[in-house]
Amino acid sequence: MSSTTPSTTAATVSRPGRAATRTTAAGRLRSLARAELTLLGRSKGTMFAAMFVPLVMPFSVRQAADGMDLDGTGLSIGSVVLPSAIGFSLLFAVYSALVSVYAARREELVLKRLRTGEVRDIEILAGSAVPSVAVGFAQCLILTGACVALLDVGAPDAPLHAVLGLLLAFALWPVLAAVTATFSRSVESAQVAAMPLLLVSFIGSGTLVPLEVMPDKLAAVCELLPLTPTIELIRGGWTGDMSASDALGAVVIAVAWIGVGVFAVRRWFRWEPRR
Amino acid sequence: MTDQVIEVTDLRRRYTGGFEAVRGISFTAGRGELFALLGTNGAGKTSTVEILEGLAEPAAGTVRVLGHDPYRERDAVRPRIGVMLQEGGFPSELTVHETARMWAGCTSGARPVGETLEAVGLAARGGVRVKQLSGGEKRRLDLAMALLGDPEVLFLDEPTTGLDAEGRRETWDLVRGLRDRGTTVLLTTHYLEEAENLADRLAILHEGRIAAAGTVTDVVASQPSHISFDLPDGYHLGDLPPLPALGVTGHELRGRTVRLRTDALQHAATGLLVWARETGVELRGLDVRAASLEEAFLRIAQEATRGHEERPGSGATAARPGRNTYDEEKVA
Repeated sequence: MSSTTPSTTAATVSRPGRAATRTTAAGRLRSLARAELTLLGRSKGTMFAAMFVPLVMPFSVRQAADGMDLDGTGLSIGSVVLPSAIGFSLLFAVYSALVSVYAARREELVLKRLRTGEVRDIEILAGSAVPSVAVGFAQCLILTGACVALLDVGAPDAPLHAVLGLLLAFALWPVLAAVTATFSRSVESAQVAAMPLLLVSFIGSGTLVPLEVMPDKLAAVCELLPLTPTIELIRGGWTGDMSASDALGAVVIAVAWIGVGVFAVRRWFRWEPRR
Repeated sequence: MTDQVIEVTDLRRRYTGGFEAVRGISFTAGRGELFALLGTNGAGKTSTVEILEGLAEPAAGTVRVLGHDPYRERDAVRPRIGVMLQEGGFPSELTVHETARMWAGCTSGARPVGETLEAVGLAARGGVRVKQLSGGEKRRLDLAMALLGDPEVLFLDEPTTGLDAEGRRETWDLVRGLRDRGTTVLLTTHYLEEAENLADRLAILHEGRIAAAGTVTDVVASQPSHISFDLPDGYHLGDLPPLPALGVTGHELRGRTVRLRTDALQHAATGLLVWARETGVELRGLDVRAASLEEAFLRIAQEATRGHEERPGSGATAARPGRNTYDEEKVA
């Protein structure tokens, strides 16, 4: 009885009294995620950017990788392309898409309206993120499969690193999307607000150019960027030559970014349009 | 005290930047009571309601809804209240039914979606996207979502703004029905008619303060009545009988038109008419007007634009020093 879910099925009983079924966090999340998934399906622009770009971009990286001097870096074309592909997926299908989603829901006063109800703040943000994260996750699986099949990357030598990197990324990028949405005043400007972090991540996080082929000093700075730990962990997962201390360092950086992001969201996230 | 479903004590709300939208207001609403906050735009209605809804914390003062702090004890309050914001709040690309389904999943004890949409006359519009609804239909969807969980307390922020006359009347009937079944309703409006029609008690907000409060009768009684007429030719103000003895509390002369203010309308009018008969003059343009809610509201609203009138004996009017002296009163 107590496990009755507050979805549409629970609503089929008319209740004269007040002994109403309480909603659960899982039920609320499911309702929000379902609505958000419907909305994602109806937003052609977001769909295109989220679905198409991450699946096409790796081809250009593949071309670039052909021209790179990978000798002595311990990298193969596959271990360059695969983390890049996953990076693009995180940036476009998760991060960029969610910046738009958060901004759109805020501008339509959906966030404010939801906040008057039983849904908690974190559930609102998480529920809205579920479809994008799911798309991103599916893409990562597809891209990994494609790289394994087409680029001869083989099975990862240290799969735990790769999984860890991915999980941290799926926690981090929705948070960063919420932070970024704070800096936009409209759905249109949300994409502009997302640009700096997109560009920095392309250039500095080993998405286009592996850190291993960068000058040391530059690489040291780039290691601190939010996407870098994920790229490094995934690459390390496949090459198997990432030391435990390097892996730990990457995890610490990713966790630190999550911490900073959560703090920023709690402190500054705007739940309604600026008037 | 426990009978009070809504208790507001010395509430203040300050926005970042320092603007104080709510400046120390207090009121209560009991179970099954419909309390209206009436005021012009910017009077502080929404700022007050948002705090009651638990969306923001007061800068000072206390707020209790169903005996709980709506901000700090949200779990105790939220499942028992329904909220309708002043505007919007639903994704424009979802259909009416999808929106209702989403809300039902987030609302404890949600009634069947179809039944709820039926109650607001949207049953036939279930498949329509929110963006294609008319303004009135959007308001009704909003109301339906506020009612989804059979709330004990309902907050309605300008529920009929944008509705046509028929829609407004239907909403009133719906709200009255809820109140009769024991739902406590807090309503904000800038429609006098709405407050007069629905409210058991009301407070007129002005610049963040309560300028007048009570039942409609109370509020009206706190306002002066007016007598106006044209001064007969050859007569001066001084020729009238002594005004204080007539119970007149203030007067003004514009051209030849005299306007008297009184809290004892019958006494003042009788005195004036007896004088006119005994003197043998005709009072042209005679207008004897009892106070009305509209007048009370207009007077308070005007203070925002015209400055404040000095009115001894009116504790209900918010005194605002530092304004230009009042010299003229709008004749309604």
